[in-house]
Amino acid sequence: MPELPGAEILVQALVDLGVEVVFGYPGGAVLPIYDALFRHSAESGGRIRHILVRHEQAATHAAEGYARSTGKPGVVLVTSGPGATNAVTGITDALLDSIPMVVITGQVPTGLIGTDAFQEADTVGITRHCSKHNYLVKDPAKLGDVIHEAFHIATSGRPGPVVVDIPKDVQVATARYLRPGPIQHKTYRPQVKADRSAIEALVDMLAAAERPILYTGGGVINSGPAASQLLRELQRITGAPVTSTLMGLGAFPASHPAFLGMLGMHGTYEANHAMNQADLVVALGSRFDDRVTGRLDAFSPSSRKVHVDIDRSSINKTVRIDLPIVADVGHAMEDAIRIWKSRQHPKPDLTDWWQRIEGWRAKRGLDFPEGGAAIMPQRAVRALHAATAHRSPIITTEVGQHQMWAAQHFGFEAPNKWLTSGGLGTMGYGLPAAIGAQLGNPGALVIDIAGEASIQMNIQELATATQYRLPVKVFILNNEYMGMVRQWQELTYESRYSESYSDSLPDFVKLAEAYGWKGIRIDARDELEDGIDAMLGHDGPVMVDCRVSKLANCFPMIPSGAAHTEMILWANEVSGTMDDEAKALV
Amino acid sequence: MHIKEEKAERHTLAVLVDNEPGILARIAGLFTARGYNIESLTVSEITEDKAVSRITIVTSAAPPVMEQIIAQLERLVPVHKVTDLTVLGPHVERELALVKVAGTGDHRIEALRLAEVYRGRVLDATTSSFVFEVTGGRDKIDKFIELMKEVGLVEVARTGIVAIARGREAA
Repeated sequence: MPELPGAEILVQALVDLGVEVVFGYPGGAVLPIYDALFRHSAESGGRIRHILVRHEQAATHAAEGYARSTGKPGVVLVTSGPGATNAVTGITDALLDSIPMVVITGQVPTGLIGTDAFQEADTVGITRHCSKHNYLVKDPAKLGDVIHEAFHIATSGRPGPVVVDIPKDVQVATARYLRPGPIQHKTYRPQVKADRSAIEALVDMLAAAERPILYTGGGVINSGPAASQLLRELQRITGAPVTSTLMGLGAFPASHPAFLGMLGMHGTYEANHAMNQADLVVALGSRFDDRVTGRLDAFSPSSRKVHVDIDRSSINKTVRIDLPIVADVGHAMEDAIRIWKSRQHPKPDLTDWWQRIEGWRAKRGLDFPEGGAAIMPQRAVRALHAATAHRSPIITTEVGQHQMWAAQHFGFEAPNKWLTSGGLGTMGYGLPAAIGAQLGNPGALVIDIAGEASIQMNIQELATATQYRLPVKVFILNNEYMGMVRQWQELTYESRYSESYSDSLPDFVKLAEAYGWKGIRIDARDELEDGIDAMLGHDGPVMVDCRVSKLANCFPMIPSGAAHTEMILWANEVSGTMDDEAKALV
Repeated sequence: MHIKEEKAERHTLAVLVDNEPGILARIAGLFTARGYNIESLTVSEITEDKAVSRITIVTSAAPPVMEQIIAQLERLVPVHKVTDLTVLGPHVERELALVKVAGTGDHRIEALRLAEVYRGRVLDATTSSFVFEVTGGRDKIDKFIELMKEVGLVEVARTGIVAIARGREAA
């Protein structure tokens, strides 16, 4: 068997792993890999397609969008030093949102490591705590195995980003490459199947509960499409209401009568009150994030809690759990459904519980005041939903008010259609994520619901969409403010709007046109539907600058440090001040 | 507003890890990144092929945090096993200290006498100094060093705690 240069070993390993798309940006320390990619596509027709982004951060978010919408790992290739450090935000984002991703970084040659060489950064040191695992490969003979292991770790258990740092001399030096068989890692063995006794206990608790609630998260989506079907079946046989985290939206259909909507800080009145009053909370692939729980000592005070999670460290992290179940959530639900059916449990009578829930629903907490010519941002999201729902679009977002309005008002019926930066809250995520999603789903309608501030954080990616003829749509809810910052300043600092005004905004229509996009401006309520139709009618990329009500706030809201029952539903409930304990919370 | 601290308990953990580059930084960094305490950390290879290292960590944390520390350590890819020796039951802990004292006359005689009481060994002697080797539990060494301060303590080097469970079973 002939020896291959490290760069070719890498490309061959990626081919063997079924990689179809790599998001990257070339540079000095990855030139051998880029040459191997060039020859790969020239000589063998190349099944790997390289997508040239305009900034390395965008490569990571595009890989996340690709991964979240397809279920396959996202792959990133960047150079050493600034290439790697620019990727750090996206790597951290993927860690917090459990997105499978493999990031290949170039490194200065082994002999220069530690000498402050040109474009040298301690990539493994910097990414050690923002990746699921990382490697510095110093021997080309180990490179093939490391790449295969990196994909195994990124995609199994709780998915996450894995970084492989490859010095330039290792890309040039030669070694043999043998495609490894199935990986049996000596230490890394995620527990996929739950203990039967734990599942039996879960079934007992579900059968006995008077006020149960299923609290589902991104883990259901990571478990694969089958898990979303199993969730529907589990709900059908138990009759329990379902609420979801931000990351879990779409795992359970928004239009289903048992769906209470999102819970937490900007969740629905009924979801938060049901969590507060439940006697049994079954957490399925969710992690009791601080956006969800609100004040911990007042969180669901009278319930017993079951937590199904593939990551043991998620269990008992912030909330005490009565029944921990370490398992893949899909497997656990499948086992629970089988045991429930084999015992022939009747569907519990939850009439009283549902009556109380309907009482909370009657508050209609997502309603918003409307009148005049100004477009309420919630109305814009609903209009977008009405015009596109039949096409089952993939929606990405940036971070802020528009993100919460999209989560509240755009109903998601299926998994892998909602891509948002939940854990890290990364402004600038949405446009590159939409590009990645469009590449993974060529025929799909992909829309980035954006804010005018966030969109500018990775605006350069308009060129990437143009280059690859990706018909992504960007729908900007433009209120000329970093709206969520302004909202908090209104709530906490008596409306002292310190640096939250989006001054000197570009003309987004002209900007779009400068990049070869179509630009559309929507100024008034009576232009909304036509503007959306014009966006959908154009078969290329479109940026819509939708001017919305400038001072609209995102309600309902649980103020920081408050309990689920202390929701603000309307703007007139805002006092404008908070005590220091609340001010210190994020 | 003031920042509150929770009541902590002291635990000794034995962590078996793959002996790969960066593993110590991974473990130590986990503690700093998540705000856990390290009172002492020792590491050494323990297998003939040098493939596996044993890290002994003494940490203090409130019980729920302690559970998190173990779960977070187990989540690291190169970690084979984490054992909480404090929870497991009876175990022995030892630390070695090298203690340098300088002085003449009565101080010098007293230092030597105290070292004998503490079963210290003299590793180096000059006419005006000693280097003692003392092993024992943390309290014993603390006490010995405290006494040496009165008779001319110059410098201390300590290994940190190593620990192992009592009885015939491996932890």
